[in-house]
Amino acid sequence: MIRLEPRGETPRLLALTAPVVAALVALALAAIPIMAAGAPLLKAYQVMFEGALGSRFALTEVVSRATPLILTGLAAAIAFRARLYNIGAEGQLYLGAVAAVAVGSGRFDGPPALMIAAVLIAGAIAGALLMLGPTLMKVKLGADEVVTTLLLNFIVILFVQIMIEGPMKDPMSLGWPQSEPIIDSAALPKLIEKTRVHAGLIVALVAALGVHVFLAHTVPGFRIRAVGANPAAARFAGMSVTGTMLLVGALSGALAGLAGVGEVAGLKGYLTNNLSPGYGYAGIVVAMLAGLSPLGVVLAAFFVAAVFVGADSMSRGINVSSYIANLIVALALISVLVSGVVTRWRIRFGRPGG
Amino acid sequence: MEIFDILVTVSFWVAALRIATPLIFGVTGALLCERAGVLNLGIEGIMTVGAMTGWITVHLGGSLWGGVVAAMAMGALCGLVLAVLTVKLGLSQHVSGLGVTMLATSASYFTYRVVLPNANTPPRIQPFEPLNIPGLSDLPVIGPILFQQTALTLLAIALVALTAWFLNRTPLGLALRAVGENPAAVEAQGLDVHRLRMGAVVAGSAVMALGGAFLTMSAFNAFFFEMVAGRGWICIALTVFASWRPGKALIGAILFGAFDAFQVRLQQVVGGAVPGQVFLMIPYLLSIVALVVWSRKASYPKALMVPYIKGQR
Repeated sequence: MIRLEPRGETPRLLALTAPVVAALVALALAAIPIMAAGAPLLKAYQVMFEGALGSRFALTEVVSRATPLILTGLAAAIAFRARLYNIGAEGQLYLGAVAAVAVGSGRFDGPPALMIAAVLIAGAIAGALLMLGPTLMKVKLGADEVVTTLLLNFIVILFVQIMIEGPMKDPMSLGWPQSEPIIDSAALPKLIEKTRVHAGLIVALVAALGVHVFLAHTVPGFRIRAVGANPAAARFAGMSVTGTMLLVGALSGALAGLAGVGEVAGLKGYLTNNLSPGYGYAGIVVAMLAGLSPLGVVLAAFFVAAVFVGADSMSRGINVSSYIANLIVALALISVLVSGVVTRWRIRFGRPGG
Repeated sequence: MEIFDILVTVSFWVAALRIATPLIFGVTGALLCERAGVLNLGIEGIMTVGAMTGWITVHLGGSLWGGVVAAMAMGALCGLVLAVLTVKLGLSQHVSGLGVTMLATSASYFTYRVVLPNANTPPRIQPFEPLNIPGLSDLPVIGPILFQQTALTLLAIALVALTAWFLNRTPLGLALRAVGENPAAVEAQGLDVHRLRMGAVVAGSAVMALGGAFLTMSAFNAFFFEMVAGRGWICIALTVFASWRPGKALIGAILFGAFDAFQVRLQQVVGGAVPGQVFLMIPYLLSIVALVVWSRKASYPKALMVPYIKGQR
């Protein structure tokens, strides 16, 4: 008989190695679908690793993919800390991108510093406002935020389609549904010439550091952790659970909105309805792999980005569908959940009390 | 106004019930899990698996009913994964459910690509035909509405009746409800809480998968990416609207189908004045409204989302 006994304290080493082991397990489990697809196994892993890490180009691709993942990962991490399950990062990302286009596509112009600040702030506000709705519905009306944020994702994508086929449509796009381009002064500059790495990376890294300091060293940050750990106790201690939740919701939505700004103003230059290959959902996996730690999010985002880039080269090189990336990411989420059992509980074999 | 005249046409209600069918399966499955205390957010992925499995079984030469059974089996397998995570290991039902949705969805898409590596347009299958039972289908009004559907729609309605009977009239159904309200009391009765919950999640997931199978084997005749399109999440909202009662869930799903059928017809009337996407938003907006309005007075199963660990408490 197998039993679980709670551990008093999780050993630090175990807490740090568990996500790494979970990621490796997910990569190992990917062998099953790779073989099912009839691809040579060793060759497949080789192509995946070389595709993700084997060249300067590959590494810059990983960095460029990690940029939105850091931000959506932070969005999930800060919300989940307060047990606010924001699954709407995908929608917030898109609304952030819509706001960036609204502000940065030439309706007005100014010096780059001003314009870049304007698109970033607009995107953050749009994301924050979108998440305030589900947060209010949760704290005031008890509506499950997972379901409301998921449903809002579908609504936002439809809204994006309306905008790129209507008010924001690029007249020069020859009928393709895409928005007017971001003007040069509002575009996030490239960090490395001839690559896709852009200044959004700096925004993401500063945000990770900011969220870390905010959660660990400020009073509102402490409230967020307290509300997440035990809302009743937090309320008893005189904290406003509603106020804290709204703050978390706004910050979480703002971070996801910034991810959208980066993709549209740093990478693509215009808005389409396939701007994000599911960065919002992958951000949840990033946050869980990171154990909801803001600095861990950066590392986890690089891992997930590497999986995406490696899978792309696997699909080009040996014709394994790039959906393998989503599969590995999902397996990583489930592995890290299971690893949480090992870190929080001691597994005992034998009769209870024996 | 003549737009509302379509509400009294028979063809409108035939469409409404057809659109409602995947929701009837989905909400019935979700309700079985939730009555036992497990929120099954794997639903969106499980419906995708059902859609893909049913379709691919037929595409590879299986029979339609063979596809239905295969879809249920794969749904049950996904349910087993979720049950181990949430019941055996007591992990977060929110995150585990999303994990199962991600896993099931990407596994479905990957499998599709393995079977059809280079297909741009998915091959079609011969789907279920409308029943047209002589006698029954000729009844006025009710005949076409009920019996010009495919067999799966009638199966959905029968499953609702069966679920209501099972939950309210059988000892096992009573135990299942009790395990969602007060698991400790069930254990005191000498019943196995984990086994009951796992059984409910596996069975509920098999029913959800039928909702997906209906999409590829009855509503359409092929598998498309993202074809489930949030129907799973809508079903989760519907369980709250229905206060976890099978009969009310059936009514909720049909109301939903009616709204959806109505917006399609409204779109044809209003035409180009409003972007088509505005109409497509309606089901999602309605779900949010349903959730917000009914969450306040909802009497949730008391042990919903509370893991049960033997020997604790």
